[in-house]
Amino acid sequence: MVTTIAPETTYEKVYERPRILMEVHTHYCPGCTHGVAHRLIAEVLEEMGLREHTIGVASVGCSVFAYNYFDVDFVEAPHGRAPAMATGIKRMLPDRIVFTYQGDGDLASIGMGEIIHTAARGENITVIFINNANYGMTGGQMAPTTIPGQRTTTTPNGRDVRRSGFPIRMAEMLATLEGPSYVARRSLHDPKNIRLAKKAIRMAFEAQARGLGFSFVELLSTCPTNWGLSPIEAMQWVEEMMIPVFPLGEFKVVPELKGLRV
Amino acid sequence: MARELLKGNEAMAEAAIRAGVEAYFGYPITPQTELLEYMARRMPELGRVFVQAESEIAAINMVYGAACTGARVMTSSSGPGISLMMEGLSYIAGTEVPCVIIDVMRGGPGLGNIAPSQGDYNQIVRGGGHGDYRVITLAPATVQEAIDLTVLAFDLAEKYRTIAVVLTDGSIGQMMEPAELPPMRETPRTRPEWAVTGARGRPRRVLTSIYLDPYEEEKTNQRLLERWRQIQAHEVRYREYYLDDAEIVVVGFGIAGRVALSAVRAARAEGIRVGLLRPITLSPFPYAVIETLCQQARAFLVVEMNAGQMLDDVMLAVARRVPVAFYGRMGGVVPFPDEILEEIRQVVRQPPRLEEDLREAWFRRWSLAQ
Repeated sequence: MVTTIAPETTYEKVYERPRILMEVHTHYCPGCTHGVAHRLIAEVLEEMGLREHTIGVASVGCSVFAYNYFDVDFVEAPHGRAPAMATGIKRMLPDRIVFTYQGDGDLASIGMGEIIHTAARGENITVIFINNANYGMTGGQMAPTTIPGQRTTTTPNGRDVRRSGFPIRMAEMLATLEGPSYVARRSLHDPKNIRLAKKAIRMAFEAQARGLGFSFVELLSTCPTNWGLSPIEAMQWVEEMMIPVFPLGEFKVVPELKGLRV
Repeated sequence: MARELLKGNEAMAEAAIRAGVEAYFGYPITPQTELLEYMARRMPELGRVFVQAESEIAAINMVYGAACTGARVMTSSSGPGISLMMEGLSYIAGTEVPCVIIDVMRGGPGLGNIAPSQGDYNQIVRGGGHGDYRVITLAPATVQEAIDLTVLAFDLAEKYRTIAVVLTDGSIGQMMEPAELPPMRETPRTRPEWAVTGARGRPRRVLTSIYLDPYEEEKTNQRLLERWRQIQAHEVRYREYYLDDAEIVVVGFGIAGRVALSAVRAARAEGIRVGLLRPITLSPFPYAVIETLCQQARAFLVVEMNAGQMLDDVMLAVARRVPVAFYGRMGGVVPFPDEILEEIRQVVRQPPRLEEDLREAWFRRWSLAQ
């Protein structure tokens, strides 16, 4: 069917790049969902009017350069230490919004001590946790989130749980603590889940803005380059292989946040 | 302000408070724990920030984060904890933000013991963390000096956007002696133009220590070096005792320097023309004054509570113009004045020779004495 459009028709702009997301090329690989996660955070910060009130803490890994993409104040933390740095910042500037952006090697391996204790203190910050089941920047080694049987450069025959142990479910673990106000795991592999991920990010920042304490959003993400998959196959791999190990959902929502429409 | 009987660790804590420290992040470790405990009590009382971190690694990174906001911040620890902080210190140095560290040294290596030592000289003075950077290192010999140098550490750290370390030991930390605290200063009201505070009405700011382009990193190294040259030119501090006519120059820092002073006085009473140089800034080290002393000295005697770590710096300055002798005690053993007096007499009786291996000579004599 051919549709003709009358010349006088005007278009309504329904979506534009959030101003907080800087107009630069990123260094992320094609098909990597870091870009999606960045955009969602930028949209939420913009919608909440937080550009001038936010300080981000970048970590070590592929997201080490996250500060190149957000038009907000940023610092860059040592490997795994972002929650401790964020603690120092937030204690000095309790009326600012402070968030860390960390990968799974950074947060769940070398930075396990910092994340657990920051959560246990109920530190009023937001943590965005990118779980892509491997160390991306160093070229695809086993991470604490690598699933059993998954091939990585350091588990060339697949992760053998007898020798290399089991994956860690961070969201479930943190949800057992008193400190967190909001803990969720979402996925970035399709539009529906991306919308849910945005809601979770919004909830996490709302929790912080309300002074409710530590908030945490784990995002299942793709790493097609190191997984050796095409971008589309990588999306499928998240759905088929990761979600069964890392179920999606909200693991902790304090009563003050229940019923909040975002 | 009146003189009061003060314990070293608590005196340094109160000195930091009066210097306007806005946040303290720490972790328990003997022999500095009273500093942490004092801060736990006093900081909240003043509406300032205190956090007991889950580790020294977290503590130094909290310091790092708070320092990035332009606040006046500090931590304290002892050897094993300072080792854990080295990663953070390197990042702080690379990011060029100021902070103050108090290291109350104990015996080592490893878990060692909790007795006073000077074994962290190399770790602090030579860097300790990875990469190319230096830190200002201040070494007090009395509780009063520990107070004064703590205040100075904040001033120097902020003036040069650098790390300043008060390098003291278990004896100063634990001893009580009369000292006077400075008047209370206000905490800073303004924030420096580099501070990360939220981009309110201004372009965003980024604080980082990563420069992937080697030429950019080299520029950073150059900037750090230029700053260090300024520090070397303007911030060298030391104390001289009886050096006017001294033929033998004892060099010792901190508590070892203080014990050596008693020995020097006793030797003077015996008619020995001996004096003491006590470096206060171990870094920048007072090389020039030692070079000048080479013109009058027949011999140097370096006294330390380690295996001769500052000795390397003294030897660099002396450059084999004059013989050097060494007396060190290790493992948390504090030398008695009599032992050092005997070393001074030994230098008179049997002057060290330029061609002999001074470490070997010390080690042989000291081993025989055990």
